[in-house]
Amino acid sequence: MMPDLGKYADAVLSSYAVSILLLVVLVALSIRRSRKMKAYLADIEERVKNG
Amino acid sequence: MIALLMRDLRLAVRAGGGFGLGLAFFLIVTVLVPLGVGPETALLSKIAPGILWIGALLACLLSLDRIFALDFEDGSIDLLATAPLPMEGIVTVKALAHWLTTGLPLVLAAPALGVLLSLPQGGYFWIVVSLLVGTPALSVIGTFGAALTVGLKRGGLLMSLLVLPLYVPTLVFGAEVARRGGEGLVVQTPLLMLAGISCGAVALLPFASAAVLRINLR
Amino acid sequence: MSIWEYANPVKFIKTTDRMMPYLAVGAVVCLVSGLVWGFFFTPDDYRQGSTVKIIYLHVPAALMAINAWMMMLVASLVWIVRRHHVSALAARAAAPIGAVMTLIALATGAIWGQPMWGTWWVWDPRLTSFLILFLFYLGYMALWEAIENDDTAADLTSILCLVGSVFAVLSRYAVLFWNQGLHQGASLSLDKEEHVADVFSSPLYVCIAGFVLLFIALVFLRTQTEIRARRARALIARERLA
Repeated sequence: MMPDLGKYADAVLSSYAVSILLLVVLVALSIRRSRKMKAYLADIEERVKNG
Repeated sequence: MIALLMRDLRLAVRAGGGFGLGLAFFLIVTVLVPLGVGPETALLSKIAPGILWIGALLACLLSLDRIFALDFEDGSIDLLATAPLPMEGIVTVKALAHWLTTGLPLVLAAPALGVLLSLPQGGYFWIVVSLLVGTPALSVIGTFGAALTVGLKRGGLLMSLLVLPLYVPTLVFGAEVARRGGEGLVVQTPLLMLAGISCGAVALLPFASAAVLRINLR
Repeated sequence: MSIWEYANPVKFIKTTDRMMPYLAVGAVVCLVSGLVWGFFFTPDDYRQGSTVKIIYLHVPAALMAINAWMMMLVASLVWIVRRHHVSALAARAAAPIGAVMTLIALATGAIWGQPMWGTWWVWDPRLTSFLILFLFYLGYMALWEAIENDDTAADLTSILCLVGSVFAVLSRYAVLFWNQGLHQGASLSLDKEEHVADVFSSPLYVCIAGFVLLFIALVFLRTQTEIRARRARALIARERLA
């Protein structure tokens, strides 16, 4: 299954790990902030409407 | 405009101005470098042009926030903005005043400090020329950075972050002129590029600085 | 019907919400298939060994790092000329993505350079200009954070973006002049001579498509967030006033 990466296995694997980690963190942070902001705004809209 | 220039110059030369400060900073940087990398003459003379350029650049950066900060605090910048002078003229005069009080002294002091760094014989002329051509660009770019951060409370650090990347081309070509001059190589290409950057910055950036200043005073 | 309709925040949110699932699925499919294809089913390069597999992350990230700045530049111009808030907020939303892409390109480049050139970092023109690009991203984001008034921040950052673009290009040529590099030439170009072999380039295109889709999806998502944040601030300000 795993391809033979030879002597450069560390380099290849670590670069994949670093990149994917960074991408996942970026996506997760974006989604989290989006959710939070949605809830926060809905909260405020509610408050404004009900006075 | 001339009145404004004279006023800025007088303010800078009086106590609390950045006149001596930039120079002193330049001196300290060039003294610290040999202490840091060791007193080897060969090594020092190799890196001398670069050190002098970086020292000049940092000294320039240090005095940037004075361009607008004082005027902003006491409100005279609003008076200037409503004066019949175009904003572009004001920022140009401000940049010129900054160059006269900071850039020019650095240019004149550079050869003296070059002695401390055992600058190669042919390098003295070219370090002066490259700084003379390059420091106006530093002042004008710096004025843009100062205008961007004028209203901010702790703008100094932010301004360094904004201005330093903009200084890269000037530094590269300026230090290259000085280095090649010191080694007796042909300096025409980097010198022309440096002059081009300076002319372009002096011609165009005041418009950007003026626009930014107008936004900040809105 | 024109593109300016999407300058209306509500319309923008509605449309992007509808597009989001397709974009997200497309991005995931392209990224996963491209990376799996590249990682498991491509041969080793005869000179670079298995490190060639890093290309599937390195090149798309580097491309997006530059394209993100281009997008910010266009969005800033639109803001300056037509003053559509969505445009300014889109530029703001794109900056952190571009910064992360630059970081990925730099990190994978360093890891790749270690076995190939024997060093993590060289002051090669391409590497240096990417580092400078990263600094530009940092400055841009810091300026957005520092200014409280939304419109002032949008104005100032868009001017910074314009000026920064000019200086970024200048820096690119300056460092090119300053040092001849170890970095190889363009990986993808019409000139067959320096093009990477087809075995490597097909999965690479899939990965690039994945990165582009991911970028668009993230920009939409983050722009929505910025629009909501802006509206929340406006509502709170109105509440205080009343």
